[in-house]
Amino acid sequence: MNFTYILSYSIWVPIILGSIILLLSSAMSDAQAKWVSLASSVIAFLITIPLYTAFDFSTTQFQFQEFFHWIPTFHINYHLGVDGFAIPLILLTSFTTVIVIIASWRSVQDRVAQYMAAFLIMSGLMIGVFSSLDAMLYYIFWEAMLIPMFLVIGIWGGTNRIYATIKFFLYTVLGSLLMLVAFIYLYLHTHSFEVIDYYNSGLGLYPQIFIFMALFMAFAVKIPMWPLHTWLPDAHVEAPTGGSVILAAVMLKLGAYSFIRFAMPIAPEASIFLKNFMVTLSLIAILYIALIAIVQKDMKKLIAYSSISHMGFVTLGLFMFNTIGIEGAYVQMISHGFISAAMFLCVGILYDRLHTRQIADYGGVIHVMPIFTAFAVFFSMANCGLPGTSGFVGEFMVIMSAMQNNFWIAVIAASSLIFGAAYSLWMVKRVFYGELLNEKIKSLKDISWRDFFILSILAIFIITVGVYPKIITDMTNAATVQFLDHILHFQPITSLPLDV
Amino acid sequence: MNSIYSYLAIPLLPLIASFCVGILGKKLSEFFASSFTILSVFGAFILSCFTLNQTLDGLVVNQAVYQWLATGRYQFEVGFLIDNLTAMMMVVVTFISLMVHIYTMGYMKGDPGYRRFFSYISLFTFSMLMLVMSNNFMQLFFGWEAVGLVSYLLIGFWYQKSTAIYANLKAFLVNRVGDFGFILGIAMILYWTGSLDYATVFKNVGIITAHTMQLFGQPVEVITVICVLLFIGAMGKSAQVPLHVWLPDSMEGPTPISALIHAATMVTAGIFMVSRMSPLFELSDTALSFVMIIGAITALFMGLLGIIQNDIKRVIAYSTLSQLGYMTVALGASAYSVAMFHLMTHAFFKALLFLGAGSVIIGMHHDQDIRNMGNLRKYMPVTWITFLIGSLALIGTPLFSGFYSKDSLIEVVKLSHITGSNFAYFSVLVGVFVTAFYSFRLYFLVFHGKEKWRLQTVAHNDDYHHGLNPKDNPHESALSITLPLTLLAIPSVVIGYISIEPILFGSFFAKSIFLNVEAHPAMEHLSHHFHQIYHGPFGMAVHSILSIPFFFATSGVALAYYCYQVNINLPKQIIKNTQTIYSILENKYGFDSFNEKFFAHGSRFLGERFWRLGDEKIIDGWFVNGTARFVGKCSEKIRIIQSGYIYHYAFAMVIGVFLFLTFFIKI
Repeated sequence: MNFTYILSYSIWVPIILGSIILLLSSAMSDAQAKWVSLASSVIAFLITIPLYTAFDFSTTQFQFQEFFHWIPTFHINYHLGVDGFAIPLILLTSFTTVIVIIASWRSVQDRVAQYMAAFLIMSGLMIGVFSSLDAMLYYIFWEAMLIPMFLVIGIWGGTNRIYATIKFFLYTVLGSLLMLVAFIYLYLHTHSFEVIDYYNSGLGLYPQIFIFMALFMAFAVKIPMWPLHTWLPDAHVEAPTGGSVILAAVMLKLGAYSFIRFAMPIAPEASIFLKNFMVTLSLIAILYIALIAIVQKDMKKLIAYSSISHMGFVTLGLFMFNTIGIEGAYVQMISHGFISAAMFLCVGILYDRLHTRQIADYGGVIHVMPIFTAFAVFFSMANCGLPGTSGFVGEFMVIMSAMQNNFWIAVIAASSLIFGAAYSLWMVKRVFYGELLNEKIKSLKDISWRDFFILSILAIFIITVGVYPKIITDMTNAATVQFLDHILHFQPITSLPLDV
Repeated sequence: MNSIYSYLAIPLLPLIASFCVGILGKKLSEFFASSFTILSVFGAFILSCFTLNQTLDGLVVNQAVYQWLATGRYQFEVGFLIDNLTAMMMVVVTFISLMVHIYTMGYMKGDPGYRRFFSYISLFTFSMLMLVMSNNFMQLFFGWEAVGLVSYLLIGFWYQKSTAIYANLKAFLVNRVGDFGFILGIAMILYWTGSLDYATVFKNVGIITAHTMQLFGQPVEVITVICVLLFIGAMGKSAQVPLHVWLPDSMEGPTPISALIHAATMVTAGIFMVSRMSPLFELSDTALSFVMIIGAITALFMGLLGIIQNDIKRVIAYSTLSQLGYMTVALGASAYSVAMFHLMTHAFFKALLFLGAGSVIIGMHHDQDIRNMGNLRKYMPVTWITFLIGSLALIGTPLFSGFYSKDSLIEVVKLSHITGSNFAYFSVLVGVFVTAFYSFRLYFLVFHGKEKWRLQTVAHNDDYHHGLNPKDNPHESALSITLPLTLLAIPSVVIGYISIEPILFGSFFAKSIFLNVEAHPAMEHLSHHFHQIYHGPFGMAVHSILSIPFFFATSGVALAYYCYQVNINLPKQIIKNTQTIYSILENKYGFDSFNEKFFAHGSRFLGERFWRLGDEKIIDGWFVNGTARFVGKCSEKIRIIQSGYIYHYAFAMVIGVFLFLTFFIKI
């Protein structure tokens, strides 16, 4: 089969279907809107599957490339293409969208069609970010993606949603603008917006440092890295369940992915020069944020802080500059996608029933929701890195890679074994175990088959990656080798010759 | 059974059973759930016996099952290493597990979590088998944490009990502290040897020996750091001071798992691991000393705590801690085979004691306080006899299994010359007395003397400890309980006599355990004694009658007899006269309160500070919202200029034009 325009389909099919749903929203009943959205998201997911099956993982070339001149005056092109780094995240995006739509089946009552459409459109835009090989195209997708998320939090969010959305938006836009400046600088230097031209632009160390720092501002906000992280707990707390899931599972990965795609290969010398800076921030994220997570009283905030701490492992792995570290960071990204999605879904399920997220309001949930508790305990265990789950693999690999660099970095990274267990299981203890004291909890019903279905799928994925992580590293192996060659030995990165 | 995949069946059988019972849950009948898991564990046991038989013929299998991960120059595989050490552990684990499965049928009868319990213990059997059969550190760590998970689930099995869910969280976290060291040790091994596969690591270990690294400004041998880090893992799992605090609390779980997990198998994982790593530990005398001293402290001081406990399970729990200390001391003396031997005998008699205690607890209607018991031998004869056998084995009565392992252990410590061996020898010797005393204190209080539950006047108000009414008689437990007791009593008596010669002095562990005989000749001397002086196991028993340990053990029993049979008011007087010491023991040397105050409160305090001060005040308050406030303030000031009156603007324009003109025209 010929999959020439598969990337465009992956991007535009969900966007177009989402727009249609949006246009027809007044004509459709809520139930219709749900089913149409579900069908659309499944179609969008199926479209992305050939990216995995037809991809040649043995080569480092960008594949499924598409190239059209878009704004010739400024050499801006519609240039798409993916390598081993992008594929797993694209699949994660389209998969998570399906999960989110199923998960929102009951919990969203208000403006259902618009809500679903927002997620479909967001999914296409995020895939666009992952597959752009033109800096301007990337930038447009990057900024456009904020709009649906802004609306999702702002319209369907909690009581303090306006503060959270503004904070989220300003934080992100501030970073993005610096990224735009960096791209314009690079354009003036290379007369191109092609990412591949940037890779081999031959900038000196000091311009590289400026470029790196400008990009850092954009990406570090997104990941988020300490100290640019305070928007995330607020955004999560106010976001509806689906928004939290997408935010944690996919949107945070955009930042880490962009470090791999832009900041590090464009400014290789600077990234080595600033290694200690990045490592320090990552370690602060791992330790400081984990300690903060322990004392959280709101479940969503706790998981949000736990996300930041886990993303610290991603950035730490990336800046270890060894294969196991970068691939560990990758596995951690995918794994965190599943686990954080599952954790937020679990909180969402409880919130739908009791309309509170305060840990203190719960206790003894296991008595009335045993199946749900089994899932929640499993996901919490995965969250604290139990071997056999995907959560372990990433942390394990990053700790191994940290030891190659420095004993003490590994020590601080490994401390998450203790603190991760402390915040995850302490929450489990207070929410799920114990005597059933609260009258309201006594009336709770166990999860529906729909929730059972999505939680099972996530659990299966988490175990699969835990038992056989090779499934992910096989995708990233070749790309990682080339990436490290480029950064450490200044080997040029080349792209497939274009037929267009 | 030559293909590696046939060995895969051994751990998978219990896993499948666990999975089916766990998923189907209430859809299965109780009988089906228990018989299904029992059959699968029985299958695993039979296959393990076959495997042991094969390895006795000299078979060693070391093969990968599949590649787990390949990245850069590192490859990680899931695979099995099957030799005598593994096979012995497999048989011990599956046998005890089988006994506990059968026992559970009676013990957990009628509990709403009956099926869940079977699912958990089968999962445990799987995890433990993965741990012992592993041929690499990654899989070892998997098994290591997986048994920790099951332990967590089982301690908190009765999740409505606040003490149980406190204990399971504590157990998991303390174990995680050990694992923290363990994973760092693994990371160092990967860094220095380039692999996590045992065979490759042991082959490349020579590279490490010459290297040192800087720690706290001091040069330290890399191998020492590795061994100490690995041992920290063992300290967590095998409950060595100061990471022992979780084990006594773990008694909140149902008794069968106290026997299986917290006495016989899981807690010995650390001992097994160090024995497996003997090629590494043999290279570092510093690490061995460290191991030995930690073990000696545990052996003596945890035993002392056993004396003052009144909960039947806690007495045995402290006894377990102390015996684990013994094994660790043997590891420190490079007597890995002795440690493994004691591990095996201990597994049988300690499982027996715990299951016996469980039988007593049922007989007493879930009253665990030994002060309410007495004269149970009249009502529970099987439990009584088997418990007595277990106690005799524990204190090292000649000819019993515990005697052979413990006596060899004490002798090898005496023969060892490693730093700290004198202290360790002192500890294990005094420990013999302490063990004998607390074991027979327990024995006399429970099975002899007055029927004290009849004297009670206060009604029980604790929900979980119903207790026996003064007029009731306790009954002997059902067959599903007494059968495992009997089956465990047999090896508790004979296994030492049968197996001491091949295990300690024969070639049983020759392929599994590496010993640097020149540097650590203690085992060699012990073997010499055994063959030249004792002429075999019977002679060893005869000779021991004049030895110091035997004297200590008998005097311990005698003192217990005197205090709890003859002069029963004496203990109270002793307590009165030694208040200080008693309160130290009562507070368990203050470990718990220290941990609670320092670590638990400390990290919550830090977390709270970081959150309120770092995140909310500085980052959000000053920078994020501060920026917003700053912008707001500025625009508030600037807004005044936008007054809306034309003459204001006209005036400003005139002034502006004037200024510009003067500025530019002049030039």
